[in-house]
Amino acid sequence: MFSNNDSIGKTFFVVIALCLVCAVFVATSAVQLRPKQTENKLLDAQKNILVATGLLSGDNVKELFTKHIQERLVDMNTGEFVDMDPAKYDYRKAMKAPETSIRLEGADDKASIKSRANVAPVYFAYNDGIESGKLSAIVLPIHGYGLWSTMHAFLALDKDGNTIKGLNYYEHAETPGLGGEIQNPKWVAQFVGKKLFDEAGNPAIKILKPGNAVATSEHDVDGLSGATLTSNGVQHTFEFWTGAKGFAPFLTKVRDGALNNG
Amino acid sequence: MASAKEIKSLVFGPVFANNPIALQVLGICSALAVTTKLDKALVMGIALTLVTAFSSMFISMIRNHIPSSVRIIVQMTIIASLVIVVDQVLKAFAYNVAKELSVFVGLIITNCIVMGRAEAYAMKSPPLMSFLDGIGNGLGYTVLLLIVAFIRELFGSGTVFGVEILPLISAGGWYQPMGLLLMPPSAFFIIGLFIWVLRTFRPEQVEK
Repeated sequence: MFSNNDSIGKTFFVVIALCLVCAVFVATSAVQLRPKQTENKLLDAQKNILVATGLLSGDNVKELFTKHIQERLVDMNTGEFVDMDPAKYDYRKAMKAPETSIRLEGADDKASIKSRANVAPVYFAYNDGIESGKLSAIVLPIHGYGLWSTMHAFLALDKDGNTIKGLNYYEHAETPGLGGEIQNPKWVAQFVGKKLFDEAGNPAIKILKPGNAVATSEHDVDGLSGATLTSNGVQHTFEFWTGAKGFAPFLTKVRDGALNNG
Repeated sequence: MASAKEIKSLVFGPVFANNPIALQVLGICSALAVTTKLDKALVMGIALTLVTAFSSMFISMIRNHIPSSVRIIVQMTIIASLVIVVDQVLKAFAYNVAKELSVFVGLIITNCIVMGRAEAYAMKSPPLMSFLDGIGNGLGYTVLLLIVAFIRELFGSGTVFGVEILPLISAGGWYQPMGLLLMPPSAFFIIGLFIWVLRTFRPEQVEK
């Protein structure tokens, strides 16, 4: 068809044909593998919730999750529970869609996340199994922008809705070795036992320059060295999600005894 | 058709005689990043081997039709497609490892070994030979990665493939791990030492 490999016609033909073939190849594999990937993602989310509560042992994630964790949906504006099936609720989708979220602007958008879903999932952990009715921890999904990426975490609180029991950053794209250290268990361990709110009920977690945190303080945490912007991102994430536009309405209800039934 | 001897030299030559990392010093970046654990290194090695082998084969199959003005882009397109597929497969079947490898699977696209073999060998050789050449170079990369990862994982975290060999002090044992080995620079030292050892036994590799 073409006499010369380098003619303009041949060049266009080869490039377009190659792109078509490659596009079909890539698209097919992506579509074929998606169900399996979604399943992995769900399992991973469950695993990360278990890690935040410290319940994870071994590999039987599914079993542990159904035994110990109860998922409920909360209206972010009122802090009341919402009667919807959590299994059918897609939080990630809802936080982006305009009809199920509110836009955040200026000073409201502390964590630089642009919009926040009106309904968020919270997880209740029961160390002795759900049927025991003895609540051990409340797990909240939080996220905020760091240096390069949105950092997603699960924050486990004691049933007082104030004391931190665990923090697990499970999805981010910060620099490995610097900002990426937010998922280092040693760093995260600092948060355990700290209080989210001061006596007046204001968000109080402070991430300081490394080495400045006072060990006896209930709110101070050492930042990561070499990762000031990531540390700031974590600070802002906490400020936002413990603030009025975050989980504050829900946590106030928790402190007032909304969970006293169990 | 190639003789058995030729095939052997294609596949096993790059392991020690012409190792892509140790002699050609290609693909160093990922060798630093993914060698803290053996399982990561192994998966990365397999992924790179498959990408190199198949991209070389496909490029070789259409080598007589690639216009020279856009040949690098054509090679990149083929390599990139394969890398995306490998990434998708890993996410579906080896989710945890895929998560740990994160960007480095995607970065196979920019790994000099893949491009280097495509440009230097596959553009001039028949598909089967190119495929074997890709396997060989991938194997050379994998072997070096495994050696580095073995040293780093054993002395850095006291384990081999996640199985405890040297009980750590922090877990009640006696071994104080070498933190340096978990940092990227240590891979430089280990690769450097490896090149030294290799060139002591094979003086022909020493540059004049």
